[in-house]
Amino acid sequence: MTRIPPKKLLLILLVMLPLSLAVGLVVGPEIILPFVSGAESQTFSNQLIVEQIRLPRTLMAAIIGATLAVSGVMMQGLFRNPLADPSLIGVSSGASAGASFMIVMGAGLFGMHELLGVSFVALGAFIGAALATWLVYRLAATASGTSVATMLLAGIAISALAGALNSFFSFIADNHMLRQISLWQMGSLSSASWNRVALAFVLLGGLLCWFPRYSRALNALLLGESEARHLGIDVDSVKVQIIILVALAVGVAVALTGTIAFVGLVTPHMVRLIIGPDHRGLIPCAALAGAILLVLADACSRYVLAPGELPIGVVTAVLGAPFFLSLLRRQRNVVEGV
Amino acid sequence: MLSLQHIQLSYQSGKQEPVPILQDVSLEVGAGQVVVVLGPNGAGKSSLLKVASGEIVPQSGEVRFNNRLLSACPPAEKALHMAVLPQQSLLNFPFTVEEVVMLGRTPHNTGLIVDRDIVTQALRSTDSEYLRQQAYTSLSGGEKQRVQLARVLAQVWQSEDDGDRVVILDEPTSALDYAHQQMVGRLLREHSSRGCAVVTAMHDLNLAAQCADQLVLMCCGQLRAFGSPDEVLQEDLLQDVFQVAFHRVTHPETGRPWLLC
Repeated sequence: MTRIPPKKLLLILLVMLPLSLAVGLVVGPEIILPFVSGAESQTFSNQLIVEQIRLPRTLMAAIIGATLAVSGVMMQGLFRNPLADPSLIGVSSGASAGASFMIVMGAGLFGMHELLGVSFVALGAFIGAALATWLVYRLAATASGTSVATMLLAGIAISALAGALNSFFSFIADNHMLRQISLWQMGSLSSASWNRVALAFVLLGGLLCWFPRYSRALNALLLGESEARHLGIDVDSVKVQIIILVALAVGVAVALTGTIAFVGLVTPHMVRLIIGPDHRGLIPCAALAGAILLVLADACSRYVLAPGELPIGVVTAVLGAPFFLSLLRRQRNVVEGV
Repeated sequence: MLSLQHIQLSYQSGKQEPVPILQDVSLEVGAGQVVVVLGPNGAGKSSLLKVASGEIVPQSGEVRFNNRLLSACPPAEKALHMAVLPQQSLLNFPFTVEEVVMLGRTPHNTGLIVDRDIVTQALRSTDSEYLRQQAYTSLSGGEKQRVQLARVLAQVWQSEDDGDRVVILDEPTSALDYAHQQMVGRLLREHSSRGCAVVTAMHDLNLAAQCADQLVLMCCGQLRAFGSPDEVLQEDLLQDVFQVAFHRVTHPETGRPWLLC
């Protein structure tokens, strides 16, 4: 087993992040290179494209990627399962149902207004995410603490319920709404504006800075809940805090950009393969790796079908699914080998 | 130092009659003593250890640790003086062996240099130093058990204040070969001589006789005998508890009882 020390990987990723951001600015339907002189009007329009469209969008991809990856790390640690994912606690499906509700019913109820630069669809998604997580959590909470196994099952049930609601809203939607719903579910960064980026950085940046506090607790939790308790970790309160914070982070992320698959699942895995499962290195490295991955995936999504745009969820799923399958195969081989 | 008074524990499922697990069990563990809990399967050994470590709260009776009620100890403070090895470990993330043992130092703030030194000593004492850089998930069952034992011992390796230390082990030798069983026996004696009490469940009566100060014999949730190996390992008592005929001799070297069956 050859591992790279976490500090080294952190350094490599810190170098790669600005590079990938630069790629995100350059690549698009049209390649825009800096310092290339041309006609004045051309330069001006290029500057406008980079400043007003690509820069906020790339920054949004970075912060959302970091959030999803770190949320994946937290969930996998908490559930002691390397195949766990933020969507397990019902966040994503709840958000989808909330967004569909707003798309179908919202226009009639509130009109298409915005609040602080955030559309009502995003608001609906966040409320849906919060509601689903709260339900899952209440179902799993018993007098003797929160059962992680029950929570997993409750998450599946609530996800199914939210999926049914989602289908119902799709069923009664008209053609235009239907297209909106399915586009929302594929995730998109195209709506990134400076307002939204600022909001994302304030909310998600704060949460991301808070997560590393749980590294020691998560390391101990990997041994098992009662082992962690005997190592002096207040397991029950840590569990509740992590679930609430992850639900908040993923809720905000999903509200801003829709569901983006596989980043939260695959990134922690790749980082763990390189530096090992110690959360003190895993959380910062996964944050950077998630940011880089989503920025590059976004650049890819704008380039492949130019001048059209591939939904980002499609890009991450197309890249993520084969990787996930190969992980599953490896996992199975390990189990059978024992 | 660790004392259990009149512990009653029963298991209730639905509206059925509660099934008693521990009935009026009292136990006193002195500082630096090795206490071995013996008994057939389902006698309540693990439950007794779980009550002693505060993992299960009994229906009645009280557990005191360092002159305080165990249930009133904050977890972070308790972890400085009490380490617990459960029967099974479910770690399936590829930590290296060194990292696993280092997790045992989680409750302490002794600094990396001291911690590294303790981890090395703990690994050496359990004959697992050669595994140091290997992934825990790739080890055999016995190796995993030794590494977990090293982790638990590292947690209470040295005394850092005036509180007495105890390590609670649930069948630490179940997956070990003969040589390593003997090693664990010696290791427990070593720890007790450095002032750390040991409470452990075991199945091997002879190993227990070699390393214990006090033996606890459990049967059907009751404490059948408590005392020195010489007092507890009586042929008729053992036959009654284990349903096996034993023949007792004296070990020619250690002078401790040795049981043939």
